[in-house]
Amino acid sequence: MTPVIAARGLTKTFGDLTAVDGIDFEVPAGESFGLLGPNGAGKSTTMRMVGAVSSRTAGDLRVLGLDPDAHGPEIRSQLGVVPQEDNLDPELKVRENLIVYGRYFGIPKAVCAKRADELLAFAQLEDKARNKVDDLSGGMKRRLTIARALINEPRILMLDEPTTGLDPQARHVLWDRLFRLKERGTTLVLTTHYMDEAEQLCDRLVVVDHGRIMAEGSPSQLIRQYASREVAELRFGSDRNADAAARLEGLAERIEVLPDRVLLYTDDGEALLERVTDLGLHPTTSLVRRSSLEDVFLRLTGRSLIE
Amino acid sequence: MSAGALPRRLGWWYVAEHTWRAMRAYAWTIVMEGIGQPLVYLLGIGLGLAAFIEVSVADGADGPVTYLQFVAPALLASSAVGITMGEFTYVVMSGFKWRRLYWGMNASPVQPQQIVGGIVFAVVVRMLLTTAAYYVLIVAFGAVVDPWTGALMPLVGTLGGLAFGLPLLAYAASITEDKGQFAMVQRFVFTPLFLFSGTFYPLDTMPVWLQWIGWLSPLWHATEIGRSLSYGSPPGAWPVGVHLAILLVMATTGWVLARRVFVRRLRG
Repeated sequence: MTPVIAARGLTKTFGDLTAVDGIDFEVPAGESFGLLGPNGAGKSTTMRMVGAVSSRTAGDLRVLGLDPDAHGPEIRSQLGVVPQEDNLDPELKVRENLIVYGRYFGIPKAVCAKRADELLAFAQLEDKARNKVDDLSGGMKRRLTIARALINEPRILMLDEPTTGLDPQARHVLWDRLFRLKERGTTLVLTTHYMDEAEQLCDRLVVVDHGRIMAEGSPSQLIRQYASREVAELRFGSDRNADAAARLEGLAERIEVLPDRVLLYTDDGEALLERVTDLGLHPTTSLVRRSSLEDVFLRLTGRSLIE
Repeated sequence: MSAGALPRRLGWWYVAEHTWRAMRAYAWTIVMEGIGQPLVYLLGIGLGLAAFIEVSVADGADGPVTYLQFVAPALLASSAVGITMGEFTYVVMSGFKWRRLYWGMNASPVQPQQIVGGIVFAVVVRMLLTTAAYYVLIVAFGAVVDPWTGALMPLVGTLGGLAFGLPLLAYAASITEDKGQFAMVQRFVFTPLFLFSGTFYPLDTMPVWLQWIGWLSPLWHATEIGRSLSYGSPPGAWPVGVHLAILLVMATTGWVLARRVFVRRLRG
């Protein structure tokens, strides 16, 4: 089956700056695909090219089998886009925002109105239909933006940093809604710099840094490949972490010294903690957790995702 | 029909629909500007100022015209120009920067040229309605000598509004940081134009070294055409065709620039 998105050597430069540096990826229909990387990695620029609102500098790109440079309106009519910053119209009521936006796709008003009601239910905003947008909380605005992006029944839903700036509870409500879309078979393409989000929502992802793809795979594959099963996090106090790490050499598969803590990659965290104590080292705090995409990113780039 | 075919043709119309719907939020301001403001001017000038002015300021085809008949075409045209001071400044800046509505439209099948087209179309309709209401009022006040030819004034006023407004729109769309530029435009462009465009007295009353402001002013050109329509060409005026050509050149230049800025900004 032809992938819904296919990029080969995709490149975008702004003057001297290379924002996207020759990336290759494919997204099959129905997949939930993520671009994980820090701010400025080129994720949003990639999204703009896929969204057919920014032309590429070099390489090849096909979205739904079409070239975005030549078929922008045809491609965009089948996409749903959730931007990083909400751009709802505060002059319009909640429900009106959906209807007005549906018109941009050439959808008759009556159909827009019907879909608006269904989408408000999906976004759990039924009782807010006649409210002003400014009365909504941040999480509700995001859900409305997602509902708006679904008004044209898109073949691909693109989300740029969907939960940035939301509180934990609002994030979980949003994830639940996105997970339902995924279950229904909607193709999701999302960017995020949150590992937990990528783990929750993505079937497959690429780790992006400096406009390049560093690794590709499912969250569990990436963790298996680039990190151990478990991580022991030890804190000895800011001044003593480096000294302690030197004495821990050889104890774990890999050691990362961060400013505030030492990470020890191992398959059995508890056993490792015991050996640390046997060495006569007493960290102020210690915990064992499962490896996450954060560890993958640290391994690949030598940097933490959120700095 | 293939996906996106309808928006390719009608995208501008959807943008206009949206713009009108959003205008409802400040509908009261629009009505006040459309009816209240003309009433204030007509009462103030017609009952107040006109009573003091005994010399005839201009002659029409059938002899001297009243002061109110002289001022009315200028007031009508300035109402169209005034609309652009809001719709083509802060509203546009907000669309790009604060509310970011244009980015939402941009993600839909609609093209940047259609976005700017729809905005302009919606505002043209608002200018036509406002100037038409203005026209009815000035006729009611006896401020139009020939109401038949004068009926074209709303069209001319709207053209004047575009000649001033479209270059302003292009400028507003190019601004990324609000540093009070629009207040400067209001103070140092709009207000001087209003005062020095032969609005309240014939332009040639002014010394030549100030008359150039009028020559550059879309308001003066629109006003002079309006006066010709109401009471025949005022003596010594430029031919109507020249005024019209200047307005068309200004509006067209602004339109081309505005489209270019919208495309560059939304499709970077």
